Amino acid sequence: MDRIPRIPLAEWTDTFIVYLQNNFGSSTQAFADGLEGFIKGLQGILIEAPAELIIIVLVLLAWRLAGKKVAVFTMLGLFFIYNLGLWAVTMETIAMVISAVLLCMLIGIPLGILGAKSQTAHRIIMPILDFMQTLPAFVYLLPAIPFFGLGVVPGVITTIIFAMPPVIRLTDLGLKQVPEELIELGKSFGSTFWQMLVKIELPLARSTMLAGINQCIMLSLSMVVIASMIGAKGLGGIVWRAIQTLNMGAGFEAGVAIVIIAIILDRITQNLGSSKKGKESI
Amino acid sequence: MIEVKNLTKIYGHNTEAALEMLKKGASNQEIKDKTKQVVGVRNASFTVENGETFVIMGLSGSGKSTLLRCINRLIKASAGQIIIDGVDVLSMSPKELEELRKRKMSMVFQRFALLPHRNILDNVAYGLEVQGVKKEARQAKAREVIQMVGLSGWEESYPENLSGGMQQRVGIARALATDPDILLMDEPFSALDPLIRQDMQEELINIQEKLQKTIIFITHDLDEALKIGDHIALMKDGEIVQIGSPEDILLSPASDYVARFVENVNRSLALTAASVMIRPRYVVHPKDGPRTALNFMEKHGLSTLFVLDRFGKLRGYISAEDASELASRGIKDLADIIQDDMPTANPETPLADLLDVMAYTKVPIAVIDEEGRLQGTLVRGSVIAGLAGGRGESING
Ligand SMILES: Nc1ncnc2c1ncn2[C@@H]1O[C@H](COP(=O)(O)OP(=O)(O)OP(=O)(O)O)[C@@H](O)[C@H]1O
Ligand SMILES: [Mg+2]
Repeated sequence: MDRIPRIPLAEWTDTFIVYLQNNFGSSTQAFADGLEGFIKGLQGILIEAPAELIIIVLVLLAWRLAGKKVAVFTMLGLFFIYNLGLWAVTMETIAMVISAVLLCMLIGIPLGILGAKSQTAHRIIMPILDFMQTLPAFVYLLPAIPFFGLGVVPGVITTIIFAMPPVIRLTDLGLKQVPEELIELGKSFGSTFWQMLVKIELPLARSTMLAGINQCIMLSLSMVVIASMIGAKGLGGIVWRAIQTLNMGAGFEAGVAIVIIAIILDRITQNLGSSKKGKESI
Repeated sequence: MIEVKNLTKIYGHNTEAALEMLKKGASNQEIKDKTKQVVGVRNASFTVENGETFVIMGLSGSGKSTLLRCINRLIKASAGQIIIDGVDVLSMSPKELEELRKRKMSMVFQRFALLPHRNILDNVAYGLEVQGVKKEARQAKAREVIQMVGLSGWEESYPENLSGGMQQRVGIARALATDPDILLMDEPFSALDPLIRQDMQEELINIQEKLQKTIIFITHDLDEALKIGDHIALMKDGEIVQIGSPEDILLSPASDYVARFVENVNRSLALTAASVMIRPRYVVHPKDGPRTALNFMEKHGLSTLFVLDRFGKLRGYISAEDASELASRGIKDLADIIQDDMPTANPETPLADLLDVMAYTKVPIAVIDEEGRLQGTLVRGSVIAGLAGGRGESING
């Protein structure tokens, strides 16, 4: 075994990244600038907006989608975060999560549709997703730096890579679960490809897809926190600094805030899939 | 009109070899063993006239659904032709096919296939929506057909809140909403309870009387086939083994397979008065006089006798007692004792409708045509023979 020379995977990777950087650096730069503008804008809005307004909106949303208990928890939780003086950093984190999730949907849903419609696409996409999900996050946190530098953009991009797989997978799954008879129904009335997709398949895949988006949100939140190591700031930034300075108290406070946000986001989005029921019983 | 000629469907990726074998007459099993391909339909040919209900029946796996789906090309046939109003469906471009499905034909499904995220109104309007009809127009049309199937008031409900029978009414309404010439129905009533099922059969017959669509209807229930079919095709192992009217199938099954199928059926549904009546051999004319009539009756052991006029029209009947009384009084003309309260039927009257009458009448049932001429009589013996499956023998009694 030892006689086989060591395969220089690390060197190859480095070379590959340098190659990418030299050849696609300028276009990634333009993309990074655009993304940065969007995230910073969103962060600005959320931080500048009166905290009361955001709390009211989220509480109403929680009430409508997840019931009274979750609404009460949302109100108390957000008030607690505000009280700890973590409001602005929390908004930074939420803005990053929103940006990452929107991009995951924008890219992931079409890929999921492609995977469901084409066997070939399916066979290409699925192994890549396995790879993305099992590769430790820290490993691709690093290559993001040469491309996008330090800060919020590489943070969000690694988050997207980390959180997108469930969106693709569950879109693919949801579309494949549409009963054969309903597909036949659509065809038998002469529906076009898009009519099938929009009027039959996507509505029927909706709850499965929303489960994927819920997972995506939770993964985004956890990754956004880790991404603070490459300068993404937000709540994760406080935890990261607390670790470095062994400031247990501050770290714990930020940790609690993350848990609160996680619970709120999870409970609200978990029920998106079944919110249709409410409409029907009217 | 739909003409299907030598239609064959072979499932699998390597149909060439299988087709060759099939042409040389290899059985489905041989083809499967040799080529791993599954034969769905073998050389099916039939014609469906405009406005008729054509029933395809056969056991599970006999290829009914495959055949039906070849017609709107949800399944692409391997060989043969399907000619609808002069155009071969198999040679249509995707666009032409889409048009055909949009306007000419629609389908009704066994498990209803309603869209759970749409209310009844929007489910029914689906076909029109696909055609690009404006919202108001399509909803107006949808309301109209919803009313036709008796579901007014349910427009805003969702499928999950409807019973099975109601859901299939929605399925039928949806199929009718686009005003297609052709309805393809794949076991539309199989998932329903027997009583609901009968209601739906009646309903379909009513709708069909009004609209005169060309319907291809699949079932594995012979009673259902006999009730609603103008013609019935029986399938076995992908092949059509017999095509005929309900009576043809019942009275002269082409093979043991069909005969066995037919054995358990409620024959009264399919048999008509004409198929079990006896030729009216013993009749008298008013001028014949009571003596002649009595002679006749004695000779043949009859207690009543039908009386016809010169043109063969039924005047009524006389009883033996009345005739002998008349004879003893020396009157020659039968006119005074003719009674006309005998039960009558058309040649087309289903036997099912006559069984009640049969049970209490003392006089045979007179089968008369539109002009009132006597065509035949129904007596208990021949009816029972017909019901018991005496096939054919009883026709001429
Ligand atoms: N997609 C398919 N691939 C391979 N074989 C198939 C396929 N669909 C049907 N078959 C086979 O073709 C034959 C005919 O099937 P089909 O569904 O047309 O029967 P059917 O008469 O409609 O039966 P049922 O009463 O159960 O609905 C069966 O042997 C079946 O196994
Ligand atoms: Mg079938």
